[in-house]
Amino acid sequence: MDGILNALILLSNFVIVPAMAYGSQLALGALAVTLIYAILRFSDFAQGDTMAFGAMATILLTWALQYWGVSIAPLPTALLALPFGVLCTIALCLLIDRWVYRFYRRVKAKPEVLMIVSVGVMFVYNSVVRLIIGPGDRWFVDGERFIITAPTFKRLSGFSEGVAFKTTQGLTILMAIIVVAALFWFLNRTRTGKSMRAYSDNEDLALLSGIDPERVVRTTWFIAATLATIAGVMYGLDKSFKPFTYFNLLLPIFAAAIVGGLGNPLGAIVGGFTIAFSEVALTYAYRKFVGYLAPGDWTPEGLVQLLSTDYKFAVSFVILVLVLLLRPTGIFGRRSS
Amino acid sequence: MTMNDSEDYLLGENMTGGYGGPDILNGCTIGARSGEITVVVGPNGSGKSTAMKALFGMLGMREGTVRLGGEDITGLSPQDRVVRGMSLVPQTGNVFTSMTVEENLEMGAFIREGDIADTMGRVFDLFPVLKEKRRQLAGELSGGQRQQVAVGRALMTRPKVLMLDEPTAGVSPIVMTELFEQILYIAGDGIAILMVEQNARQALSIADRGYVLVQGRNRYTDTGPALMMNTEVRRAFLGG
Amino acid sequence: MSPVSGWRENLRAVYMFAFMFVALAVVGVFQSWSLALAILNLCLISAVMSLGVNIQWGYAGLFNIGIMGFAALGGVTAVLVSIAPVPAAWEAGGFGVIVALAISLATILAAVFVARRAPAGIPRKVLLAFIIIGGFFLARAFFFPAVEAIEAVDPTIAGFLGGLGLPILLSWVAGGLLAAAVAWVIGKIALGLRTDYLAIATLGISEIIIAVLKNEDWLARGVKNVSGLPRPVPYEVDLQQTLWFQDWAARLGVSPVEISSIFVKLCYAGLFAIVLLVVLWLSERALHSPWGRMMRAIRDNEIAASAMGKDITGRHLQVFVLGSAVVGVAGAMLTTLDGQFTPASYQPLRFTFIIWVMVIVGGSGNNWGAVLGGFVIWFFWIEAEPIGLWLMDLLTSGLAQDSPIRRHLMESAAHMRLMIMGVILLLVLRFSPRGLIPER
Repeated sequence: MDGILNALILLSNFVIVPAMAYGSQLALGALAVTLIYAILRFSDFAQGDTMAFGAMATILLTWALQYWGVSIAPLPTALLALPFGVLCTIALCLLIDRWVYRFYRRVKAKPEVLMIVSVGVMFVYNSVVRLIIGPGDRWFVDGERFIITAPTFKRLSGFSEGVAFKTTQGLTILMAIIVVAALFWFLNRTRTGKSMRAYSDNEDLALLSGIDPERVVRTTWFIAATLATIAGVMYGLDKSFKPFTYFNLLLPIFAAAIVGGLGNPLGAIVGGFTIAFSEVALTYAYRKFVGYLAPGDWTPEGLVQLLSTDYKFAVSFVILVLVLLLRPTGIFGRRSS
Repeated sequence: MTMNDSEDYLLGENMTGGYGGPDILNGCTIGARSGEITVVVGPNGSGKSTAMKALFGMLGMREGTVRLGGEDITGLSPQDRVVRGMSLVPQTGNVFTSMTVEENLEMGAFIREGDIADTMGRVFDLFPVLKEKRRQLAGELSGGQRQQVAVGRALMTRPKVLMLDEPTAGVSPIVMTELFEQILYIAGDGIAILMVEQNARQALSIADRGYVLVQGRNRYTDTGPALMMNTEVRRAFLGG
Repeated sequence: MSPVSGWRENLRAVYMFAFMFVALAVVGVFQSWSLALAILNLCLISAVMSLGVNIQWGYAGLFNIGIMGFAALGGVTAVLVSIAPVPAAWEAGGFGVIVALAISLATILAAVFVARRAPAGIPRKVLLAFIIIGGFFLARAFFFPAVEAIEAVDPTIAGFLGGLGLPILLSWVAGGLLAAAVAWVIGKIALGLRTDYLAIATLGISEIIIAVLKNEDWLARGVKNVSGLPRPVPYEVDLQQTLWFQDWAARLGVSPVEISSIFVKLCYAGLFAIVLLVVLWLSERALHSPWGRMMRAIRDNEIAASAMGKDITGRHLQVFVLGSAVVGVAGAMLTTLDGQFTPASYQPLRFTFIIWVMVIVGGSGNNWGAVLGGFVIWFFWIEAEPIGLWLMDLLTSGLAQDSPIRRHLMESAAHMRLMIMGVILLLVLRFSPRGLIPER
């Protein structure tokens, strides 16, 4: 009995808790991608670098606050700087929309053209971030590191395995819940939110109803930039900030959005957690886990790892391919249009 | 019967234009009066739907003017025309399928400030079945109910002119009769109704005025019953 | 189009190519001929790659952002074809790896067979799961011991199976074939769905290809790299010791050391130019054939083309495979030129993106445009760093020499490259979407 419980605790510590946090980050990113797709009707490849930009802006203010000695311990100072990062990112997105994307909306460019444009934007963001903060790893986390540490857990529970729950993990999950709840409330309960859904559903009829498309687009960037910054900062707090890793998040984020059905917010969340859990679960070494479950003192010789961590993008990719083969419109996809 | 254009609340005169290629409208004139039903009929490709688009500002006209309540609105965008009291029910894609009936009506009233419960109540009075199904997604309704949502959405702006592009396309004869009755009722509120119809016979029977278009030009204009009595119109357009 | 304006456009293209060669000559005169030729060689390879992308994007509107993956496939083929086999490694684990690969292949075939032929229902799902999971573990059972054994063989210089020991030029064809085969699989899955899906699928496969090449040491030593690939052209040292070459250098009045390096680069340039001309000729023939016209018709109006009964997905698959094959050839050429295979240097999107800029700046849909774009953009890419430095210097000239901001900006000038490329792309897309040599 103890063996099973210890195995479960082990699994919580190394799979469930990290995957929950990572899934929350992916879900927020995928929500931004899916909203932009629903309203602007293209896949925004600049999303990863938008996250990086938002995180960068937040980090810069965090450092300043840390330097001035402002602190909200035990919470990380970055939370205080987050609104500033969000505002910077919103400003950037609105500016780029005005300078770049608006023109293509006016000429009704094909989605593929907009995709290439977004790749161009991605490289501009990419270099801006590297110019300002450099390409290396940056740490900005402070405050209490753990909500509960593994030794404390062991002491309190008496088990030989412990669950460590990092503050950043807890905050990420909490933040994701708040943001998602707010977003769904906005989309389903407010007039502006409903007008966004209407515009996404039927652009022509939305125009006939007097909905202003430019306002809808501005609201979308506003929300997408907010989501991207929160996702970016949470990822940076949880792991570390390095511009290149944000670019690499593009694949799992898109996989999440597509798995859930591009354009569907609920799908983006489910997709985010699907990808995160698969990635963590398939690359975890189950050696000790099997050892607890197996009778006696036997533990397997190898790591019992299904896939080396070097191949974690392969997980997103394989799930993506499976969904494309079995259900091309995604789990929650509407009609493919 | 003589036509007095000054009574027309909405009037498109000498409308000429197309979608960039050859002209589809060749100087046609269409008007609609408050509280009356105006029906535009004609063979396929005669420019009926194009004339509706021209009236609503969705087509760049080379010549001609559109007046609303005596004011020239030729240069206004469709959205601006909505604000001035025009409302259009397109033939296809005329409901937000992923939204509930109630949300569809709310979106119809998007340009309005203030309380819309009153207008929504009137729409529910007109289409009682929508009240029952107001929490259902519009995409899950039957064809006839969808048309009702579409008309209801268009009424939410409290328009002075309601334009319907083939409202009975693809619905059953029973639903069609019901829908025409409801349209008569709407006209009774003093709204000018302008509709394009394939089911020319039934539509003309409720029309105060009918236009027969051929190749983008006015061919016959008269009251609905008079057009139905006209032997040429009957032979050529109403199937005998 | 009137013949006169067509002629004028041709003349414009000729001027632009002439300008490009003058620019290279300027580098030759003012910097060094060796550098100019080095740039030229990469321009030629870039031009081939950009022809490959042009086939996909320009002819058919397919959005492939996995270019680096396909190039890396070409690169690894160069290793697998040219390097001599490592007999000890084959003895140690060759059999195991082959068995593991055979089991994987059999698993996939069996799964596809069951998925297609067995009646739908729970039993089929169970059977499928059983086949896939069973195959996976069975393959692993053979694979891991074999890999361990191979990587233990002389790890500092070998630790991999080696290649076939054939002339490296063969890999240019083989690389194209390998890239084509992978493209076929991807195309089968992602074509016919929406364009975005193809884009993400190609991005994914490219990351996976590069991850495999980095981590599977038994195949091509992973990040330990394989260097010293045999060359298709003479070695400088050998040339310098050849009598006729020494005579020749003496007659030109330059040192054999200097001229040998230029001579080798010229040999490469000749080989690359031949490939470029062949691919260009084939692309032009294809573009102006009924097939090419149909492709463009499909691109411009998919709905009408499908209404006319064209098999759009089938055509797209052809174009996707052909374009990827060309990229694979270019990838093999690149590795041949480098003389080594370094998987870590294939940055998934960064270099993919440059090729895209080449096609769009050059003129998508126009093969000559793609070639010109390859030349111009590679030239700029190389020169962007000096330009970036100069710009930074100018921008910060108001600051003191040792100001930290200035120092930081000067250090990050390298990142200006991406900025310059991004801005060029956005500007061209906006103001001259048809590129330098527009499609006709």
